Amino acid sequence: MDYLNEDLQSVHDKLVAGDLTASRLVTDTLETIKTKEQQVDAFLTIDEKGAQEAAAKIDAQPIDADNLLAGMPIGIKDNLLTDGVTTTAASKMLANFKPVFDATVVEKLKAKKAIMIGKTNLDEFAMGSSTETSAFKKTKNPWDLDKVPGGSSGGSAAAVAAGEVVAALGTDTGGSIRQPAAFNGIVGIKPTYGRVSRWGAIAFASSLDQVGVFSRTVADNATVLQAISGHDEKDSTSADYDVPDFRAALNGDIKGMKIAVAKEYMAEGVEPAVKAQIETAIETFKSLGATVEEVSLPHSQYAVQTYYIIASSEASSNLSRFDGIRYGYRSPEAKTLEDVYVKSRSEGFGDEVKRRIMLGTFALSSGFYDAYFKKAGQMRTLIIQDFEKVFEDYDLVVGPTTPTTAFKLGDKVTDPVTMYMNDILTIPANMAGLPAMSVPAGLVDGMPVGLQIIGKAFDEESVYRAGYAFEQATEFNKNVPSFKGGQA
Amino acid sequence: MIDKKQVQHVAELSKLAFSDEQLEQFTEQLADIMKMTDELNEVDTTGVPVTTHVNGLKNIVREDVAQPGTDREILMKNAPDSADGLLKVPAIMDKEEA
Repeated sequence: MDYLNEDLQSVHDKLVAGDLTASRLVTDTLETIKTKEQQVDAFLTIDEKGAQEAAAKIDAQPIDADNLLAGMPIGIKDNLLTDGVTTTAASKMLANFKPVFDATVVEKLKAKKAIMIGKTNLDEFAMGSSTETSAFKKTKNPWDLDKVPGGSSGGSAAAVAAGEVVAALGTDTGGSIRQPAAFNGIVGIKPTYGRVSRWGAIAFASSLDQVGVFSRTVADNATVLQAISGHDEKDSTSADYDVPDFRAALNGDIKGMKIAVAKEYMAEGVEPAVKAQIETAIETFKSLGATVEEVSLPHSQYAVQTYYIIASSEASSNLSRFDGIRYGYRSPEAKTLEDVYVKSRSEGFGDEVKRRIMLGTFALSSGFYDAYFKKAGQMRTLIIQDFEKVFEDYDLVVGPTTPTTAFKLGDKVTDPVTMYMNDILTIPANMAGLPAMSVPAGLVDGMPVGLQIIGKAFDEESVYRAGYAFEQATEFNKNVPSFKGGQA
Repeated sequence: MIDKKQVQHVAELSKLAFSDEQLEQFTEQLADIMKMTDELNEVDTTGVPVTTHVNGLKNIVREDVAQPGTDREILMKNAPDSADGLLKVPAIMDKEEA
């Protein structure tokens, strides 16, 4: 099964009509993955046996005609725990780690009879914007195999874009779903902080991390998010709110919707050709009956600086659990207890992870806490207040997802600051915990551009409504990648 | 500006070890990153409250009732080294100190 021209509904119809069984679908999907992986390298682990067994169970009963996810193979980012299936966070530290339980999001997908087909590549511990910091492999962008898929959820994005799976889960701390969705010409949502349980998601920065969804269409995205949303007593930061019917919001009607364009998101750092696509998108929204006006989010220019202090500080604390004692890598050279800590961590973590642990430890250390961590916490308040002010008068904020289209493999990996700046347009939504989605907004020189739609907290419905109306009006999501390049 | 000595101190706090060459490189890169973060000083934040989380939740509590945990055998599956159902680590103290 090649998913380039399929969606959940089209595959589901074949299952219901009996043209396809879940087992046949899994076999066909594995075949497609095997072929396309030669070029894309999106997966770290394929769970062939587990997927076949799950499919056989589904085939033993009549397919549920009302459940679009029944029998559907889904890709899972390899920082989400999967019971009995190696979960590495793309780090040598966890190269042999086999979780003994499922992340809540995985458990929920399985409860809907979706099939976990494999684990996708990412930047090590989700720290990066190109998936190049993975300890295991470099994932390529299906639109140009010499370019990065973005990151950190680059494997999930490339797998969906290449047609290897119909949907995949990712995590987003500073843009790790939306930026790769934009670079790969697909739909990616980071829901409101608290909408989805983080239980079983390997923690990077706990006040920012959220699990979200990649898909080819907005409707598929809404269906998968519906399945993974909701309160979970195992994650006390998951919100105890009812989950609305996201698909009900997809009626194409955005007449009277009030949309804001932040002028800071359209500033000189954004490549002119990318900006032009977004200006066209804004005209589309106007033609669909929405009001679009320019606003200011004055503190967004400080979002990257604020983010790197907060995210790295939280990471330095979260990653202190990797001590070589209870699980994960232990250095064979360790002779003393101190050795177990220092050698295991120094050999187990890659450079980007070490940089962030160091930055975070510094920002939290005695004498520097006020100047860095506290200052960043205050800046975060100002960034949130910017949004609160705009959302008094508007339903959504739109702009580009990224300042450029996908860059070349190897281009930025040695220059942390340039790489970090790539996340300037996605970070603010994490800072404020707001739902934000990237939808395809056309091509520039054959490479996809993403339109970012940011909503009020727990108003994914408006984000989806606008994204769906835009998708129906433009059909940019019908573009498929060329798999060019990759000869080098 | 952060110097090599400070970076070495932070490495010790982080339980990380670096070669001299790596230390040079990290000092340079951390200095660059901190030049970036120092831009925050352009903004006066006097009196601005600190945000550490966004969803406004207060302490979440549950009834203090015992719940079944995970079997020791299952938890030990990922341990790098164990014996008799216990985690094994190198000696913490020499015999003389004990």
